[in-house]
Amino acid sequence: MNWLAGLIRSLMLLIVLLCASNHSYAQQRFPKPEFKTEYTQPVPEHPAPRSPALEFLDLAILVLVMSLTAWVAIRRRSRYGILILTIFSLFYFGFYKQGCICSVGSIQNVALALADPTYRLPLVALLVFLLPLIFSLFFGRVFCAAACPLGAIQDLIIFKPINLPVWLRKSLSILPWTYLGLAVLFATTGTDFIICRYDPFIGIYRLNGKFIMILLGIAFLLMGLFVARPYCRFICPYGALLSLTSRFSKWHLSIYPTSCVQCKLCTTACPFEAIDFPDSEQTKPEPRTQTRRFLTFAALIPVLIAVGMFIGSLSHVFLSRANSTVYLAELLIAHPELRSDPLNLDIQTFLASGQTLETLTEDAATIREKFRIGAMILGGFLGLVIGLTALNQLIFRRKEDYQANRADCYSCARCLDYCPVDKTIAHG
Amino acid sequence: MDRKKFITNVGRYSILGALLFITGQIFFKRRVSASGQYVWQIDPMKCTQCGRCATECIKTPSAVKCVHAYDLCGYCDLCGGYFKPNTMDLNTGAENQLCPTGAIQRKFVEEPFFEYAIDEKLCNGCGKCVKGCTSFGNGSLHLQIRHDLCDNCNQCAIARVCPSDAIKRVPIENPYLIKGAFTS
Repeated sequence: MNWLAGLIRSLMLLIVLLCASNHSYAQQRFPKPEFKTEYTQPVPEHPAPRSPALEFLDLAILVLVMSLTAWVAIRRRSRYGILILTIFSLFYFGFYKQGCICSVGSIQNVALALADPTYRLPLVALLVFLLPLIFSLFFGRVFCAAACPLGAIQDLIIFKPINLPVWLRKSLSILPWTYLGLAVLFATTGTDFIICRYDPFIGIYRLNGKFIMILLGIAFLLMGLFVARPYCRFICPYGALLSLTSRFSKWHLSIYPTSCVQCKLCTTACPFEAIDFPDSEQTKPEPRTQTRRFLTFAALIPVLIAVGMFIGSLSHVFLSRANSTVYLAELLIAHPELRSDPLNLDIQTFLASGQTLETLTEDAATIREKFRIGAMILGGFLGLVIGLTALNQLIFRRKEDYQANRADCYSCARCLDYCPVDKTIAHG
Repeated sequence: MDRKKFITNVGRYSILGALLFITGQIFFKRRVSASGQYVWQIDPMKCTQCGRCATECIKTPSAVKCVHAYDLCGYCDLCGGYFKPNTMDLNTGAENQLCPTGAIQRKFVEEPFFEYAIDEKLCNGCGKCVKGCTSFGNGSLHLQIRHDLCDNCNQCAIARVCPSDAIKRVPIENPYLIKGAFTS
């Protein structure tokens, strides 16, 4: 009886296919009439999208803002200048341009371009991704300081920043790397652009959007009154990249113009706790315990990577459900009764499309395999990040003065106003 | 101090090298489009009028609107896109109209033909008329993303949930997929 059912099914499929092809080719069921009276057919207008030239203009403005920020922070040493630039970015990149495309989201476009042969990366998106990174290699995080609209809105509302304990800050600094890894995983598997989807501030800039996302944006802003730049510090995936590149910056904002007088005023000025204390304030451990600890932690890194890969391979099934193809295939296999549910649009559209469950399952299996490899790499990568973060705490760097931590410093220039050395020079 | 500087320099130029490598990969695989930009558009041949365009767009009301390819229209009196099925009287009474916002204007041309025009200010992109027109008529009504309204999100929120994968990136030079252009 099985073959009979198969025959009937294929016959039905054939009928459905024939109907469908009728549908798309025989458009003119009712031919256009030949009017006897005077009748002019309306010509519908199709408004043009924003000109591509304007996108390159935006790019030029981004470069200009970053260059000015670098000059103001490093040469002019003026918080006032940075503030003006921040307000400009808030209105231009935020309220006027309304976000897209931004450097934070462009990570996903670049990742997708590397993974998907059919995707064409716009040159603007590539440059928007590269330029802030290149700037940070020479001038520090000038993009974060004044050019990023997500940073601008948070920077302007800092009210009474509280100090967070070091262990909490260091643990939370793993989050941006996790978010980065997940975003790349979802982008390369063609699943979703999660950075864009869960951008908390875009709804505020557009004065429109999903209620829950606007609520999240407001929650972040309220938190930002007391915990300075919460999104930048503990979530932003592009910030994770910049914190890495900024460590190697050639020129970077320096707190004092000539020499530090150890007044500590800058540490009270910095809302991000991004200023490192000099050696006298730190307790240096004995060299032998230091070496032993360092070696233990270094040996732990491969273990962490292995554990990460294991957890990654365990979680790939769960992660892959975010992909609509995998989700639909699983749903159809687990709940065949849903085929008769007229309200399930995805299933009804799939059934009407004439695709077979076999091809869908095959596609889903391919995607899940990508997820298995991707999640393992992600897990291993996170193990490495955790290991290196821990190891980094052990490395003792000789410092005589208060210095901006190049990884964490946004070059916002608040500390410059507080440094008394400047004024001494100005008065002779 | 010199050692520190050396390490910083090495780090900086290796990261620059890595960025250059990524860029090179993308260029080498010809996955960059120099001329330009892409915008989102609905392929009317793939669209199944599921109704999500009205609800999933980040704009309220949606940037998706119904457009009318007049060349394909039969100017029918009994229009499947304008009237609800089983309508008794073929007049402009609100109870007869399929469009939930009354965005289609029916205008008498000559016996027995009527012109149907979309008021885009009222249209919410639900696609009910498109479904009616495609099922019972010529399919001259179809959904398009209007680029004066669309914010061109990096990832289109409707494309993510479109059950028929009808929304795709198209080159900015040809930002519309108007149905008339396919058939006439």
